[in-house]
Amino acid sequence: MPRTQPLIEARQLGVRLGGETIIRNVNLSVFDGQIVTLIGPNGAGKSTLIKTLLGVHRVSEGQLTLAPSLTIGYMPQRISIDDSLPLSVYRLMTLTHRAARTAVIDALRLTDVPHLIDRPVQQLSGGEFQRVMLARALLKQPDVLVLDEPVQGVDFNGEVDLYRLIQRIRDERGCAILMVSHDLHLVMAATDEVVCLNGHVCCTGAPETITRQPEFTQLFGHKHADALAFYSHHHDHNHSLAEQGGHVHD
Amino acid sequence: MIEMLWPALLAGTGIALLAGPLGSFMVWRRMAYFGDTMAHSGLLGVTLAVVLNLNLTVGIALVTTALALLLFGLQRQRRLPSDTLLGILSHGSLAIGMLVLAFSESVRIDLSGLLFGDLLAVNRGDVLWVAAILVVALPVMAVIWRPLLAITVHEDLARAEGIATERIRIVYLILIALVIAVAMKIVGILLITALMIIPAAAARWLSKTPEQMALGASVLGVICVWAGLGGSWLTNAPSGPAIVVTAVIAFAVLLAVSQVRQRLANR
Repeated sequence: MPRTQPLIEARQLGVRLGGETIIRNVNLSVFDGQIVTLIGPNGAGKSTLIKTLLGVHRVSEGQLTLAPSLTIGYMPQRISIDDSLPLSVYRLMTLTHRAARTAVIDALRLTDVPHLIDRPVQQLSGGEFQRVMLARALLKQPDVLVLDEPVQGVDFNGEVDLYRLIQRIRDERGCAILMVSHDLHLVMAATDEVVCLNGHVCCTGAPETITRQPEFTQLFGHKHADALAFYSHHHDHNHSLAEQGGHVHD
Repeated sequence: MIEMLWPALLAGTGIALLAGPLGSFMVWRRMAYFGDTMAHSGLLGVTLAVVLNLNLTVGIALVTTALALLLFGLQRQRRLPSDTLLGILSHGSLAIGMLVLAFSESVRIDLSGLLFGDLLAVNRGDVLWVAAILVVALPVMAVIWRPLLAITVHEDLARAEGIATERIRIVYLILIALVIAVAMKIVGILLITALMIIPAAAARWLSKTPEQMALGASVLGVICVWAGLGGSWLTNAPSGPAIVVTAVIAFAVLLAVSQVRQRLANR
């Protein structure tokens, strides 16, 4: 798909839920092969925005355009499955999308957890569960992966690994990734574009430049901005983005 | 004399078969109280049937279905927690039903039979009702099985993956309403939810898949209905409590068995 055509494009998008305006005036584009990260404080409407793109919530105003026959793989915010429901990883993966065992194992292999296929979901650790859900989102061979707080409930080392894994998936499969994150530091390393949301889009840009924008500092404070500026500087010297085949859009 | 027991046995078997999968979802979706509320509204249905001179089952089915739809609509508001709402509707409809029955002097109804079940009240017509519901409900259940399971795991995820979540949930609620309507004569208003939940909970100890649990709940439910009705027949005990006590015993036994098995496995 040519770069000029976004896979997902929201223009002046607004969503009202139960009479309350959650987001408004949101412009957002996701291009092929791009990692876009949504950040913002609690209640900023990050999940609402994502769910609207997925068709869970209705668009109240503005426009939402998806590329024709776009397949989206979705990983929701950490979910808990009631202990009373006997469910194996295989069944969880194939709840709405029937797939052969071999296809499921292949998907689980992408996130390094093929051995978990027959495990009851309640017995998975936080990190294992998130990897299973990531594999689940990959099962449909999506053009876009939408990940809502993919590292929630994962310990710190696991977080770093998981972000690396997400980046590797983008590099190997070339799919676009739109993710929500709280975690400013780690996210900056593995993203092409940061969109900062607080009811509306208050700033957007490459991770190296966004921390210099006054709106960003206003929302996250100088401390974070400084830390991140330092981080991206440090990161430039590592050339890790370039090494892993990433690219930066402006 | 045993011929008199057949209608109750047949109807009870059909109800237990349906209660297996429906009750399993009630357990997974934490809807026990929801089921209770719908069952309690059944008394209002009895009242309606008596006042309008309708068939009892039809009257109950109308009220329980209406209540299911009302609850579905009310759950969208966020001002009151849903268990408070259920409490209001549950006890409210039970109380109204009782009052109307108490004041209508022309009507003589065996209240304890309604509340706790009376196997002798089950007639051939009731068996036909159960059969009819079974013929409709089992295929419907088979169709909504996978989508309802997806919704139970995560509603937004299911919706994002193309499932018409609201439609599926409404169909499920209506199935519960219908089963409650036909189950009332045998187990009684106060104990219907028990027949849905206890066999499912007992089957949990033995199951590795959702289907095993639902099927296990159906089988256990049938066994409990037969044992309970048999006991009720022999001892003259009310049929509802007899069935429920059997189910509770089955639950306790399976719990103990699974604990022992786990100990042995860990050794």
